[in-house]
Amino acid sequence: MTTASSADHPTRRDFLFVATGAAAVVGAAATVWPLVAQMNPDAATIAAGAPIQVDLTPIAEGQDIKVFWRGKPIYISHRTKKQIQEAQSVPLSSLPDPQPDSARVKAGHDQWLVVIGICTHLGCIPIAHEGNYDGFFCPCHGSQYDSSGRIRQGPAPANLPVPPYAFLSDTKIQIG
Amino acid sequence: MSGPSDFQPSNPALKWIERRLPIFGLVHSSFVAYPTPRNLNYWWTFGAILSMMLALQILTGVILAMHYTPHADLAFKSVELIVRDVNYGWLLRNMHACGASMFFFAVYIHMFRGLYYGSYKEPREVLWILGVIIYLLMMATGFMGYVLPWGQMSFWGATVITNLFSAVPYFGESIVTLLWGGYSVGNPTLNRFFSLHYLLPFVIAGVVVLHIWALHVAGQNNPAGVEAKTEKDTVPFTPYATIKDAFGVSCFLIFFAWFIFYMPNYLGDADNYIPANPGVTPAHIVPEWYYLPFYAILRSIPNKLAGVACMFGAIIVLAFLPWLDNARTRSSKYRPLAKQFFWIFVVVCILLGYLGSQPPEGIYVIAGRILTVCYFAYFLIVLPLLARIETPRPVPNSIADDVLAKSKGRAATAASVMFALAVAGGLFAGSTQNAKAEEGGDAPPAQSWSFSGPFGKYDRGSLQRGLKVYKEVCSACHGLNYIAFRNLADAGGPGYSEAQAAALAAEYKIKDGPNDQGEMFERPGRPADYFPAPFPNEQAARVANGGAAPPDLSLITKARSYKRGFPQFVFDFFTQYQEQGPDYVDAVLQGFEDKAPAGVTIPEGSYYNKYFPGHAIKMPKPLSDGQVTFDDGSPATVKQYAHDVTTFLMWAAEPRMEERKRIGMQVFFFLVIFAILMYFTKRKVWANAH
Ligand code: FES
Repeated sequence: MTTASSADHPTRRDFLFVATGAAAVVGAAATVWPLVAQMNPDAATIAAGAPIQVDLTPIAEGQDIKVFWRGKPIYISHRTKKQIQEAQSVPLSSLPDPQPDSARVKAGHDQWLVVIGICTHLGCIPIAHEGNYDGFFCPCHGSQYDSSGRIRQGPAPANLPVPPYAFLSDTKIQIG
Repeated sequence: MSGPSDFQPSNPALKWIERRLPIFGLVHSSFVAYPTPRNLNYWWTFGAILSMMLALQILTGVILAMHYTPHADLAFKSVELIVRDVNYGWLLRNMHACGASMFFFAVYIHMFRGLYYGSYKEPREVLWILGVIIYLLMMATGFMGYVLPWGQMSFWGATVITNLFSAVPYFGESIVTLLWGGYSVGNPTLNRFFSLHYLLPFVIAGVVVLHIWALHVAGQNNPAGVEAKTEKDTVPFTPYATIKDAFGVSCFLIFFAWFIFYMPNYLGDADNYIPANPGVTPAHIVPEWYYLPFYAILRSIPNKLAGVACMFGAIIVLAFLPWLDNARTRSSKYRPLAKQFFWIFVVVCILLGYLGSQPPEGIYVIAGRILTVCYFAYFLIVLPLLARIETPRPVPNSIADDVLAKSKGRAATAASVMFALAVAGGLFAGSTQNAKAEEGGDAPPAQSWSFSGPFGKYDRGSLQRGLKVYKEVCSACHGLNYIAFRNLADAGGPGYSEAQAAALAAEYKIKDGPNDQGEMFERPGRPADYFPAPFPNEQAARVANGGAAPPDLSLITKARSYKRGFPQFVFDFFTQYQEQGPDYVDAVLQGFEDKAPAGVTIPEGSYYNKYFPGHAIKMPKPLSDGQVTFDDGSPATVKQYAHDVTTFLMWAAEPRMEERKRIGMQVFFFLVIFAILMYFTKRKVWANAH
């Protein structure tokens, strides 16, 4: 639509056209909102992501289990003395993503390592108790993690993330 | 009309593309420079409205398909979860479901407009036939879409409609088996209907392109029915037709929003809120309102094959219209007799629609036969005859002359036509409800509910009391399978905190498993769990309740309805009356009488209830005074219990109602202002044209 008026003489007609156009834009934007928002997780999915509790008693030393939380595999490892020792004695300067072991486990629960088992490279699932570092090995592109879940070798840029969790008792944790 | 484009883009990038793919020129010549007759009235904006509706149906449909599960066991639940849990899922579903009705409403006006103004006549025969093809495709698509929620009407509608093909001699049974992909309507049927329901709209879009192409070759017809000859007869499509269509569309959106936000179930059937049950047929199987006239024709013929043939014939005959009516004058405006017969035909169609919704007995059958004859007579006798005997009035020399001669009576005619349409629409719409609850039972009295009307909200106290009644009384027999404990803490719900909802969940034992030992076990409920049913399965429920399985109550207030009758349902449209279900449930809870009145016998093992259809109900009187104590001092009476538990069940059926009404109010406010702005903008733009 064209208006006959010049720019320095805004008329009632200009105002009307601008107001109508603006209203159309607002309406279109408001319509797009629900069409996009529907792609977000629905309420049932969000509710299913509530914290889970895991009993640690059946996990023997040197063993580990895999549980799922929010669709992600979580490794819970009962580390051996040797593994703990190795994890603590590595010089931080030699790590691509330096983090002391104490920042990756809960104080007083040194033997328990809880990490999200998703390779920080491209999302594959590393295998436990494999590789050169007594930790995890990701077969996809060869990333190696140590017994603290820290990246030591390969293309992955970061350590395996630690999910939010807490000890409810000595033998029970809550993840989430 | 739109010859080779002289459109020349100035931007070098556009020029580069235009030389290789002249798409901008095509768009420009079709939608900008395209000459439009300047005397088009608002009946012509339904073309634009239909384009918008098709786009909207495809868009919302694609989105719904992202959340829907086409499996016989999961389809019903997935639709319910779309409405309850998906962000704005209720809005998208309402838009799509009401959108189908609006689409048909618009297409009928579009078709009647073509009929009245002779838009099918030379040189627009192909354009018209393409339109008939689109209409057939729409019917197929609409039908298959209705089946997808897998409710009772869906299932039985699918059974009945596919069985139409069994009328075909020799091959009938094989065709039906082929359609079903099984021995009866089942999961394969649902899967293929979903696939086709997704496919056909794109086929429609393709035929629409041809339809518009043909339109642009022949040029638009117009109310005068004379071809545009000179520059003076036409205006460029943009801005004139564009802005006029935009105004028409925004008015239509107001009408559409009325349904989406305030009357979402007005045009649907309550039975479709009952999950499909292959073992029980609903008392009346009624198609959606837009198929009713054809359904009436089908039923008025007392022979299976002939009935089916007539029903399809009623649509196919439209394709032959250009040759059945070969009068030289196009527009009925100048054909005094054709005009009258046209309106008689409109009335015949509406009455057929009404009859389609009525049970096929007595007077309805006779009337159906007479009207079926009238329907076909219009095409096969009246129109060919009129072309010979009628003397039309002189048509104007040109469109420009027609514009100058515009009489003042126009507004009045338009108003009366609008009124007639509104009444007809109401008649159609309400007639679906009319077919319900014919089985006897007094009409439940209308209650006053806090959640009625555009500003309605749930009464929190009532919801909390209702939950208590449900827990202490109803839950002994009935589950609430679509309500999760977390829902109790949702906005617009009973107003509990998340901790309270979690505590309530923990009171329940939930079956879970298998665990690492491969065994099923019980654990305390969590907020994400759903209210469990009291019986492990339907068979156990039947055994415990003398053969009748107590229904799940999550949707009960939406799944029950009763006849409102004419003219009540017409007013219901304007008052947004949506409370049949709650009124009914409340009435049944209070309608028990210790003894059947004299002269009435009810079967062994059932109880007398004033409001239950047939008066004999298997459920014993569930509520009595003093049964449940309320902490807030509300009276411990059956009346109060029934009211509260019904409010709670209404919330269980539609937990998002408050959100729907709140957003609806905002949308309405916006649309009204927008339409007003559009109207003045349109006037300003058209001021240049005269
Ligand atoms: S995804 Fe693990 S190394 Fe690439």
